[in-house]
Amino acid sequence: MYAFDYKKVASLEDAQKVFESADDGTFMAGGMTLIPTLKQRLASPTDVIDLDGIDELRGINVDSHSVTIGAMTCHADVAASSDVKKAIPALAHLASLIGDPQVRNRGTIGGSIANNDPAADYPGALVGLGATVHTTKKTVSADDFFTGMFETALEENELVTKVSFPIPEKAAYQKFPNPASRYAVVGAFVAKTSDGIRVAITGAGPTVFRVPEMEKELTGSFTVDAISDIAVPTHELNSDLHATAEYRAHLIGVMAKRAVADCG
Amino acid sequence: MEDMLEDTVLVNLRINGKLHELEIPAHKSLLDLLRDDLNMTGTHMGCMTGHCGACTVSIDGRVAKSCITLAATLGRAKITTIEGLTQDDGELSPVQQAFWDEAGFQCAFCAPGMLMCTTELLDANPDPSDAEIETALAGNLCRCTGYQSLRRAVKAAAKLKQNTREAAE
Repeated sequence: MYAFDYKKVASLEDAQKVFESADDGTFMAGGMTLIPTLKQRLASPTDVIDLDGIDELRGINVDSHSVTIGAMTCHADVAASSDVKKAIPALAHLASLIGDPQVRNRGTIGGSIANNDPAADYPGALVGLGATVHTTKKTVSADDFFTGMFETALEENELVTKVSFPIPEKAAYQKFPNPASRYAVVGAFVAKTSDGIRVAITGAGPTVFRVPEMEKELTGSFTVDAISDIAVPTHELNSDLHATAEYRAHLIGVMAKRAVADCG
Repeated sequence: MEDMLEDTVLVNLRINGKLHELEIPAHKSLLDLLRDDLNMTGTHMGCMTGHCGACTVSIDGRVAKSCITLAATLGRAKITTIEGLTQDDGELSPVQQAFWDEAGFQCAFCAPGMLMCTTELLDANPDPSDAEIETALAGNLCRCTGYQSLRRAVKAAAKLKQNTREAAE
């Protein structure tokens, strides 16, 4: 790891000011991706700006129609929240499947979605539920937030503050994890919402995406059989040592069907 | 020269009950602090990138990988390491004792992480299922592949803790 200056900030305003004055600053949420990246010398920021002291970014708020999670809320807190379990059990379940206990104790929702790793779980929930991302500059729908591999609608010096998930009629997340890292080889989030059926796939492509054909068929008949013949084209899917594009295409069908069945 | 320019941060860490006031270079991991500066070598250095779990400690009551935790970020945290599991009278904790009795490890390189995670698991869940044990230990790799022995040891630890509790009542 290269040396850097460490700045702990107590407010969003301070965080942005410090970033502005740094030569090449980087924000740190839980650090579960950033610190390994620094240790491998894949990045060399002049300043690491720690968001851990910004209390307003932490916490879970549930009302009659939505679950709102502060950006610095760790995965373990979402997984254990009885309010989340009651309102959107699939969301608590998804959080409980991220990485391992040590990672869930420190990794945060804001960090995860700002990083937008193609194999991360949370993007599946955000797009699957039609969530809204709140930042220091704007309010943006999940569909527009994730723009490409490790790319989001965030601009420089813009921070995620919270994510609001509308409570669906029903929803489920099914994931085929890499057995070592527990990142999603393919994860399928299926939800029946007031705005219609949503099917979001993470892990399979450069970034999370929806499968309109499945959504259309499930709107007609919300059954496993309705989507059993739908094949997702392989040309835009990831192919790596964990799985070929063809295998991922197959897993999309399997995981989506399991998620539909899980919705009950 | 580079050292002179290094950013340092003052922290007050309570490690295994003892207060340490330390001035820490911003980029030093908690693992390096424990092993190199405090000579607490029970916490092991494995992969250094957060994959293997051998460096697991407890920070404010929650397990974390010390190799990917910057010590400078910890402020006034309470930290428990493998050295802190031993009871005040010097006896092994029930979890340590059960791992010893059941040969819960072979080479024991992964032991600090396995013991910290098992301790946290059993504090929250006194009688875990096989699936719950697997979930709790998922962040720890045993390259001797001794997972069956580990599961047996966790179950023995649960039992031992229960017996200890009943004896105390």
